[in-house]
Amino acid sequence: MTPKTAVSLATLVLAAALAGCGTTVPLNDVPVESRQTTPATGGTAAGGAGSKGTTAQSQVATVDLARGASETTPAARTIYFDFDSFIIKDDYKAVVEGHAKALAATRGKRLVVEGHTDERGGSEYNLALGQKRAEAVTRTLVLLGAADNQVEAVSFGKERPAVQGSDEAAWAKNRRAELKDR
Amino acid sequence: MWPRRRFLAVLGSSAALPVAAQFRVEISGVGATQLPVVVASFRNADRAPLPIADVVRADLQRSGLFKATDALNALDERSVISAAEWRGRGADALVAGSVSKLADGRWDVRFKLWDTVKGEELLGQSKVVLEADLRLAAHRIADEVQQMLTGERGVNATRIAYVLRTGRRFTLHVTDADGEGGQVALASPEPIISPAWSPDGRELAYVSFESQKAVVWVQDVLSGERRMLANFRGTNSAPAFSPDGRELALTLSREGGSQLYVMPRAGGTPRRLTSSSAIDTEAAWSPDGSAIYFVSDRGGGPQVYRVAAGGGAAERVTFNGAYNISPTVSPDGRLLAYITRQGNGYRLMTLELASGTVTTLTDTQDDESPSFAPNGRLLVYATRQAGRDVLMTTTLDGKIKTRLLTSGADMREPAWGPFSR
Repeated sequence: MTPKTAVSLATLVLAAALAGCGTTVPLNDVPVESRQTTPATGGTAAGGAGSKGTTAQSQVATVDLARGASETTPAARTIYFDFDSFIIKDDYKAVVEGHAKALAATRGKRLVVEGHTDERGGSEYNLALGQKRAEAVTRTLVLLGAADNQVEAVSFGKERPAVQGSDEAAWAKNRRAELKDR
Repeated sequence: MWPRRRFLAVLGSSAALPVAAQFRVEISGVGATQLPVVVASFRNADRAPLPIADVVRADLQRSGLFKATDALNALDERSVISAAEWRGRGADALVAGSVSKLADGRWDVRFKLWDTVKGEELLGQSKVVLEADLRLAAHRIADEVQQMLTGERGVNATRIAYVLRTGRRFTLHVTDADGEGGQVALASPEPIISPAWSPDGRELAYVSFESQKAVVWVQDVLSGERRMLANFRGTNSAPAFSPDGRELALTLSREGGSQLYVMPRAGGTPRRLTSSSAIDTEAAWSPDGSAIYFVSDRGGGPQVYRVAAGGGAAERVTFNGAYNISPTVSPDGRLLAYITRQGNGYRLMTLELASGTVTTLTDTQDDESPSFAPNGRLLVYATRQAGRDVLMTTTLDGKIKTRLLTSGADMREPAWGPFSR
C-alpha cells in the first residue's frame, strides 16, 4: 500500500503516493450558498431601507468561537480518503503540492496535519488509523520539499467528526486529513 | 471511607439523579443458578436520603449470582426470624436492617444476614457513616452479603471511570460500580478517551485532546492534581498501568507509526517495546506483569498479539475474524475479552487463552472498550441503544446484562477500577 520509501526522486515518489486506486468520493460538493431569496409575496413590505441586497432581514449570522480557524478555507486544507485507505488520491495532489511549496518557500512556516477516521470501530485503533493518514500526508510534504521539523502528524481518530451521521455520505466526509497552520 | 469524603469535597458532586429513577437493573437474560435472597426494606428508610435496601437488592441482582426480592412485611435487624417460614417462601437468605440519623448528622446503618436453610445468623453489623457515604455503605453491605453467601468478593464498592459527551463538552466521570454517585474528575471542551486506573485506585491515566493533539495525562483522583506523562511529537495514547503500578505501557508515534512503549509512572524516557512497520496499539498487561497483549495490523487487519513485557518477538493470539481490537485480560489471567467485527457489527467476545474457546457475549452492534470487574465476574463495556452510547455490564456467560444509568447523554470508554479506593 505504501511503495514510497525506496524511490528517491521526488516526482516519482509523488506519482506513487498519489496513484490512488478505488472510487472517488464526491468531496467537493458545491457549498450551500448563503444567498437568501426574497419571499414571493410582498417581500419588501416590512423592510424598507436595507432591502437592496440579497440578505434576508431576519438573518442572524452565527459566530461560533468553538470552531477552529481552519474552517475558513476547508476545501484547500482537507484531504479525503477511501475506506480503510491511506493513499492520497489524485484529487488532492494539488493541495499537497501547494502546501509543500509554501513550506519550502517559507522555512519559518509550520503545519500540523490532523488525521481523522469515520465512526466505525474502536477509538484507539481509529486513533492509530488517523495517525497513519496524517503521516501519509506529512511524508509526502517532506518528499516534496518541506523540512521535517515544519510538519507534525497528529490524529483525532473518530473523536472529531466533520459531519454527524451514520451513513456512507457522512463517513466519507469524516475520513480525512486536515492541514492547519501552527 | 475517609478518602472518599475528601474526594467529594475536592471534586464536587454532579447533579443528582431523581431517586425514583435510580435502581433500574435491566436484566436481559436469566442465569441458571441464582440464589434467592430477600432484602427487606430497612426500617426508617423513608427518612434517609437513599433507599438502602433498593441499592443492596440491585447490587446483588447485577452480580448474576442472586435473585433479590423485597419482603412483604416490615422487618429490621432486631426481628425474630422463623427460618422455616422464610425457607417456605423460597428464600435461602434474608437481609434486614435499619437506618437512623445520629445527633452529629451521621447515619447509623445496621443490618443482619440470616441463612434460612441452615437457620443461622451469618452477619450482624453497624456502620456509622457520613450522609455522603450512605451509598457506599449500601454497596459494602451487598459486598459482605455476597462474600458470606458465595465466598467470593463483590465489586459493588468499586468504581468505574467513563467519559460523558454532551454536545461539545467532555467529562471524565468516576462513579460507583452501579453507575450512581457520579463525580467529575475532568471537564474539557475537547475529547477525552482511554481512561485507565492505577492498580492502587489512586490515579487515572487518560488521553486528552485539550492541546489539539492526543496527550497522555495522569491525574490523582483525590486531589485533582495532574501531570503530563507523554507529550511527544505526534500522537500519545492508550495508557495502561503495569500490575505493580510502577510503569505504564502506551502508544507513541514519536518515531513514526503507532508503536508500543513502556514508561516509568513518574514520567521519563520511553522504552520502545515493539518495532514494526504496522500499527501496534492498545496495550493490556497480563495480571502477573510478564506479558503485554496488544492490537496490531501487521498481518493485514487488526488482531490481538502478545509480547513479553521485556520485549522480543510477538505471537498472534486471536485467529477468529478479520478485525479484533481492545483486548483486556481477566484478573485470573484465564480469559481475554476483546471486540470483534462481525458483518457490520462490533461484538464483545471472550477467548479462553488455554483452550482457544471463543464466546460471544452480546447481540448488540456497537460494542466497545471492555473492562473486567476486579473480581473477574463481570465486564463493563460501551454500546449503543436507541441512538445513545450507553454502558452495560454483563456476566461472563453473557446471560445477565444491566445498563448503567444514563442522564440522556452519551457514555463511553468505561474502565473498571480496582478493589482499593
